[in-house]
Amino acid sequence: MVMSREWKVENPDGSVSVRSCCWSPPGDHPVGCGMWLTVKDGKLVDVEGDEEHAITQGRLCIRALDLPEIVHSPERIVYPMKRAKEDRGKNKWDRITWDEAFDIVCGKVNYYKETYGAQSILVFGGTGREACIYYYPLAFSTLQTPNVCYAQSGWSCYGPRCSITDYILGAGYPEIDYAGYFSDRFDNPEFQLPKYVVCWGKMPLASNGDGLFGHALIDMMKLGTKIIMIDPRITWLGAREGNVNLQIKPGTDAAIGLGLANVIIEEGLCDQEFIENWCFGFDELAERCREYPPEKVEELTWAPAEQIRKVARMMAEKPVSIAWGLAVDQSPNGVQVGHITIALAAITGNIDIPGGLTLGPPSSLLGKWRMETRKDLDPKLWDMRLGANEYPALSNAMATTHPDYTLDALETDKPYPIKMLWFNSSNLLAPTCSAAPIRWHDAFLKADFVVVQDLNMTPTAMACGDVFLPLPTTAEHDGIVITHYGRNTVFLGAMNEALRVGETKSDVEICIEFGKRLNNAGPDGTSTWSIFEGDTRDKFVPDFFSKQTLPELGFDFDELRRIGLYQPGYSYRKYAKGELRFDGEPGFNTVTGMVELYSTLFDAWGEDPLPYYEEPRWSPISHPELAERYPLMMTSGAREYASFHSEHRQYPTLRHFRVYPDIEIHPDTASKYGISEGDWVEVENPFGVARQKASLVITIDPRVVHTRHGWWYPEQDGEEPNLFGVWKSNINNLVPHFDTGRLGFGAPMKSVFCSIKKVDNLDGLVVKKSLDIVKEQDKLQALEGVDPKNIVNIHSEHRV
Amino acid sequence: MADYSNWGLLFDYKYCSNCHTCEVACKNHLKQTAEEFEQKPGIVVLEKGPYHLDKSDPDAWDWDYIPVPTKQCDLCVDRLEAGKKASCVKHCLAFCIEIGPIEDLAKRAAEIGHKVSIYKP
Repeated sequence: MVMSREWKVENPDGSVSVRSCCWSPPGDHPVGCGMWLTVKDGKLVDVEGDEEHAITQGRLCIRALDLPEIVHSPERIVYPMKRAKEDRGKNKWDRITWDEAFDIVCGKVNYYKETYGAQSILVFGGTGREACIYYYPLAFSTLQTPNVCYAQSGWSCYGPRCSITDYILGAGYPEIDYAGYFSDRFDNPEFQLPKYVVCWGKMPLASNGDGLFGHALIDMMKLGTKIIMIDPRITWLGAREGNVNLQIKPGTDAAIGLGLANVIIEEGLCDQEFIENWCFGFDELAERCREYPPEKVEELTWAPAEQIRKVARMMAEKPVSIAWGLAVDQSPNGVQVGHITIALAAITGNIDIPGGLTLGPPSSLLGKWRMETRKDLDPKLWDMRLGANEYPALSNAMATTHPDYTLDALETDKPYPIKMLWFNSSNLLAPTCSAAPIRWHDAFLKADFVVVQDLNMTPTAMACGDVFLPLPTTAEHDGIVITHYGRNTVFLGAMNEALRVGETKSDVEICIEFGKRLNNAGPDGTSTWSIFEGDTRDKFVPDFFSKQTLPELGFDFDELRRIGLYQPGYSYRKYAKGELRFDGEPGFNTVTGMVELYSTLFDAWGEDPLPYYEEPRWSPISHPELAERYPLMMTSGAREYASFHSEHRQYPTLRHFRVYPDIEIHPDTASKYGISEGDWVEVENPFGVARQKASLVITIDPRVVHTRHGWWYPEQDGEEPNLFGVWKSNINNLVPHFDTGRLGFGAPMKSVFCSIKKVDNLDGLVVKKSLDIVKEQDKLQALEGVDPKNIVNIHSEHRV
Repeated sequence: MADYSNWGLLFDYKYCSNCHTCEVACKNHLKQTAEEFEQKPGIVVLEKGPYHLDKSDPDAWDWDYIPVPTKQCDLCVDRLEAGKKASCVKHCLAFCIEIGPIEDLAKRAAEIGHKVSIYKP
């Protein structure tokens, strides 16, 4: 469907309105909400929703509505800057020209490549932003290093789910069916409304994960869909009339999954036809599930057995969609959670059917291209990726290093030294995508040279940046929004430049401009970047996107701008039609050609081929000797409308909605600790400590607290040691380094024990930054029976 | 200009997810600074509950967010005159706000059935 108005319109008052699909920066997932941006006299003066956009239909979130404040924020960095290495941590930046920036950075890149090898350069990428498309080619092709790092411990965000899907289903990311592929949406004759959508460790309304427009759930609820929430908290969504809640202990998702499968199998509610024709290992799975009857699962998860039975019976009705969330990834037991989730969809016959779980190809379009740029790497370098050989299950599906292994390498210079860091849209010291961020901080300071690309000054940039390259916002550059980064492309949207403030360069402009300057032909003698024609961004950027879309879709970037949104349609039951496997045969693109309820690959990699449950490793149950000292479970990371992870706290309109991070505590628990609403609370465990403000709610279990992630204070002193207060509310300090599952995936980001106490204020908390001390904690972690005396000693040293 | 003196806003508030979009959409319409928005917003979202109605039933909750316009709300009459939707109506992520003459809204409220409110400036 072509949108009716031209994408660029001049208004009677002389202003110009540009239609666009929103992505980033600042942070967001590729949701591509349709909007009209109006510019007058070089200022973004208005943002309006685009009612012709088939999915968002005029609706916008507050982060998009606040774009004028964001674009013209005095907090923004809009010129390249440099800082002397000895001034790291000090606000002593000097504005430079882009020519100087290119000269400095290219000189360093060539020096490290020649002196230490290209592998001595390490690129960090953050989450969600469009940088997720471009930080891979930036590394593989522009800089020609194999080392790209997403620093989240155990890669515990999206990557595990994608990898598990690849191994179990041989497909791209399974997403709920919300008829996004069709321009006529829910009216499409092939679409069926899901009876139930299971939101498992996911709150799509605020998170919009990977491009799923969360409020499509509300659209479907209005048509009759009911939601089943599996979550440690009762959420507003779960509390809607007719919706159903499985409120579980944090980190026990695998037990819940096995319990649900137990009921479905024991009560004979399976889709026998699908199991017989398309599943491998059902008998083995059934035998495993027998170990998890609902009464036992109630003990493990705290969810009532009767409620488990009720949900299991609902999940056996068709069609049912499962929205699996970040909680799947953020547990050392997460691979098993993902496995049992897919198994549940399979044994109930809900895979690739209308209203069920949709499947895309493992990668496509820009998502595929970004990985293929590794052709520009010397093949020897590919195997040198940090941790690639040690963690094949991770390095086979992900093109990155192993994140925890990477921190070890930075600290020890083994297996080889890392000299240069490049942060592309990652502020990982803020409690977002890293565990033990103090260790990362100290490790970054070892690097010889550090480049940071971002929108604003961040604690990460202030701590270690030597050159700062400023990014334009989503309103200020051309691009393509691709949902799920090409792993299940519900649609493509055109992002159009409405204005440009200062002298900034987008991710793709950086790739191309540095690529052309570094003149980096790959082993095949061709250069990825020189083919994009023109010397200015209005030429080479559209040419880049046209060269992405033309071969596969038959239209160029200008045509995408004109149609606004491209929805490809969807072919259901692809497995039966030979549309999933590369050889064109029916079945799934796995080793056995079936959905692997029993994973042949997990088996080969030394992991249990069947899903199993593991008690959270740092809980009062797994450490009874510490249960009295750390009696509560801490979960974290619930999304908010006014911010994206560590972003958006500089903008008053958005900050208004949450001034300080809150720790949710049940009133009974709070009164036991003498804590009242609004009190400052210190939350601590053997790994670290953080302060947040008490919010007393009955929607959380008395044995659990929920803390906010991503908090730092842009209004505070940015210089070391305060670094915008990045250590004060930093809950990732309470998460241990390298506590992953056997395959190298997952980390206990959402399930560690803790204690709480009332304190006077946010300040007065000093965290001693000592590598030795935090390393002691790792030693401690390796001990089988932990001596509480050690904890006391280390803990008191850890806090000065 | 049409007569909007008998117009109001309807909130099918069982779907209000507290996304705050109405608040910021209104701020944009009123062309407020962040400070003005803090001091005199055009619409606010209030919370009722959560109340757990039956401790033995994990699904028995009464918990709603309810958008309530303030004195600053001008029903977006200039937008309506220009053929546009009111800013909160258009942008609401849950599409749970409607605008119109009070008598029409009363009929809509009856149709919707439950958990619905009408605001008359």
